[in-house]
Amino acid sequence: MIKHFILVFVVLFFSFFNVFSQEIQEEIIEEEIIEEVIFEESSIVVPSKFSWEISGNIQGDYRYFKKDGLYPGQETEYFSTIFNPEIYVEWDNSNQLIQFEGFARLNQYDIEQTHWDIRELYYQKIIVNWELSVGKKQIYWGFTESNHLVNIINQDDFLEGNGVANKLGQSMIHVSNYGNMGTVDVMVMKGFNPIQFPGTKGRLRPPFNVDYSNTTYESEDGVDNTDLAVRWSHSINTFDVGVSHFKGTSRSPIFPGSGVGNFAPHYELIDQTGLELQASVGSMLWKLEAIQRKSDRKTIRAYTFGGEYTLVTKSGYDIGILAEYNYDDRGAESITGLNDDVFVGLRIGLNDEQSTSFLGGMNKDNENGTISYFAEASRRLGDSWKIKVKAFGFKDVEENEFLYLLRKDGFVELSLVKYF
Amino acid sequence: MKKIKSIVLAGLLLAFTAVNAQTPEEKGLAIAIETEQADNGWGNSSNSLTMTLKNKNGQTTVRKTHGFSLEIPGDGDMSMTVFDTPKDVKGTASMTYTHKIGDDDQWLYLPALKRVKRISSSNKSGPFMGSEFAFEDISSQEVEKFNHKYIGLVKVSGTVCHKIERYPVSKTSGYTKIIIYINKENLRPEMLSFFDRKGSKLKTLTYTGYQQYLGTYWRAAEMKMVNHLNGKETLLSFENYKFNDPNITKDSFTQNSLKRVK
Repeated sequence: MIKHFILVFVVLFFSFFNVFSQEIQEEIIEEEIIEEVIFEESSIVVPSKFSWEISGNIQGDYRYFKKDGLYPGQETEYFSTIFNPEIYVEWDNSNQLIQFEGFARLNQYDIEQTHWDIRELYYQKIIVNWELSVGKKQIYWGFTESNHLVNIINQDDFLEGNGVANKLGQSMIHVSNYGNMGTVDVMVMKGFNPIQFPGTKGRLRPPFNVDYSNTTYESEDGVDNTDLAVRWSHSINTFDVGVSHFKGTSRSPIFPGSGVGNFAPHYELIDQTGLELQASVGSMLWKLEAIQRKSDRKTIRAYTFGGEYTLVTKSGYDIGILAEYNYDDRGAESITGLNDDVFVGLRIGLNDEQSTSFLGGMNKDNENGTISYFAEASRRLGDSWKIKVKAFGFKDVEENEFLYLLRKDGFVELSLVKYF
Repeated sequence: MKKIKSIVLAGLLLAFTAVNAQTPEEKGLAIAIETEQADNGWGNSSNSLTMTLKNKNGQTTVRKTHGFSLEIPGDGDMSMTVFDTPKDVKGTASMTYTHKIGDDDQWLYLPALKRVKRISSSNKSGPFMGSEFAFEDISSQEVEKFNHKYIGLVKVSGTVCHKIERYPVSKTSGYTKIIIYINKENLRPEMLSFFDRKGSKLKTLTYTGYQQYLGTYWRAAEMKMVNHLNGKETLLSFENYKFNDPNITKDSFTQNSLKRVK
C-alpha cells in the first residue's frame, strides 16, 4: 500500500520537476533570442522623408426637375461636371504639411452656378500637442444630422445646396492644443465669403435677383472684419462635448429692404455661443446642439435634439434610425425653415464589396405641415468609380416658409464619380 | 503506524490535488490570462494590411489599410486605422480605444466632410469594410471581454492546442460562443470558431505565418476568415510590422491626430 503511494508520489514529483525544468530551459532559450533580436531591431530612427500625394475626383451630374420652374429662364434638365483635386505634402516626420483641396463646377446653363473655390490651402506645423495652421481651412463642428446649428466657421456654398459637404474655404490662423482637459481651438479669421445664390437660369433660387453690389455689412471693415472663434471640446468615456463662441460677421444674410426690387443682403455682427453634447448609450447615440446668437437687432435661440439608433442585421447590414427635433425662435425667418420640425431618417449600409448604401429622411413642420424629404443611394463600381442617385422634394409647403419660393424645385439626380 | 503514515500521505495528496484542481472556468481564465501576459510589453506597433475578399464564385476584391496601435497598461489598446484603397474611401480613418470593461470608444473621420463621427458600440458586430471580419474580431482581445471555459487539449493541424470556449460579456456582440485554440507551447492563437445564438457555427478564423518580433511577441502574417453561411472568405495579410516607434504615444490617438492622420 505504502509502496504504491510512494510510487505515485515519486511519479508526481518527477513529472512536476520535469515540467519545471522544461520551463526553465524554455526561458533560457527565449532570453537568448531576446538579446539577439533586440540588437538587430534597435536600428537608428530613419530620418523623415518628404512625401506628397495627388488625389481627387471628377464627377458628372445629371439633374432632372419634375416640374417646370416658377421663374423665367429656369430649365428642367441640367448637366454639370465637378472637379475636386487634392494635393498633400508632408515633411519633417509628418510634423509639417501643406494641404490643398480645390473645387470647380461647370454647369450647362447657369453661369453663376459655374464656380470654383479653394476649399483648403493651408500650411500646418505640429509641435508635440500643438497644431498651428495658416491658410484656408474647413472646420466642422457638431453632432446632429438634420441641422448644423453650431457649425459656423465656413460659409455655405449655396450654389451647391446647403448640405454640410458644401462649404467655402475660410482664411484663418488656427491654433489647436490637446491636453488631458480636452482640446482648445482658437481661430482668427479674415476674408469674409458672402453667400451666393444660383443665377437666373438656375433652380433652387428665390424669385428676385439678389443685389450683390449693394451688400451691406454692420462691421465698418466689411469683408475685412476680423472674426474670432474659440472652442473647447472633450471626449470623456462615452460622452463627447463641445462649447464654442464665435464673434464676427454672421454667415447668414438678412434682406432688410421691403421695397420692390431691393434685395440687397445685409450681414450683421453676431456673438454666437454653441453647445454640443453627445452620449453613446449601448446602441443609441444621443445628440444635442444648441445656440444662442446675439446681434443688435435680436437674440436668437435654437436647438436640435435627437438620437441615432444603430443595429446590425444577421446578414451584416448596418441600419441606423434617426429622429431629431429642431427648434428655432426665429420661426419662418430662418433660411432652413427648421423652427419647429421633426426629422426622421433611415440609413442602411449593405456592407458588401461595393459599399452599397442608402440614406433617406423626411422633415415635417409641426406648425404648418410643410414636408421636405430626400433620399440618396450610392454604390462603388469596380475599384475607382462610384454611382450615386439622389432625390429631393417638398410637399404642402406653407406660404410663409422660405422653401415656398423653391416649392417646385424637387429633383432627381444621377452622378457618376471617377476617383484618382 | 504504517497505516497512519499512509493515511497522512493520502490526505496530503488529496489536499495537494484539491488545491490544484481548477474548475474548467478557472483553468480557461488562467490560460487566457497567461496568454495575455505572454504578449504584455509590446509597447507600440505599426503595420500595413492587405485585405482580400473572396465571394462564393471565387472573385476577389482587394483593399488596403495601414495603422498603428499602442499598448495601454491596465486597459485595452488604442489603435488607428487609415484606409488607402478603394480610392473613394481613401483617407477615411478610424480610432478605437478598447477597454477591458465596458464598451469600446470608436470614432470615424470622414475626410469629405472634415467630420469626426462617434461610432455606436453596437457597430462592433458589423462587418469591417465589407469583409467577413467583424470589428470585434480585429479589435484587441481583452481577457475581461469574455467568460472562459477550458475544454481540453486537442490537435489542430498537428499542433497541440488548449481548446477554450469563450462567451462574450457584451450583449451587443454578434456571437454567443467562440471556441479558441491556443498553441500549448507558445500560447499564440491558432484557430477560432464563432457561433451564433442558435449554436450553429458562423465562421472560422485561422492564423498562419507566425513570426516572432523582439524575440517575444508572435504576430501572424495571415489571418483567414471563412464564413460558413455565405461561403465567402476574407484573407488579411499583414506586412511591415514595426515596433518601438518613439513617435507613437498617447498623443497620437487624439481627435486632432485622427483628422490629420494620413
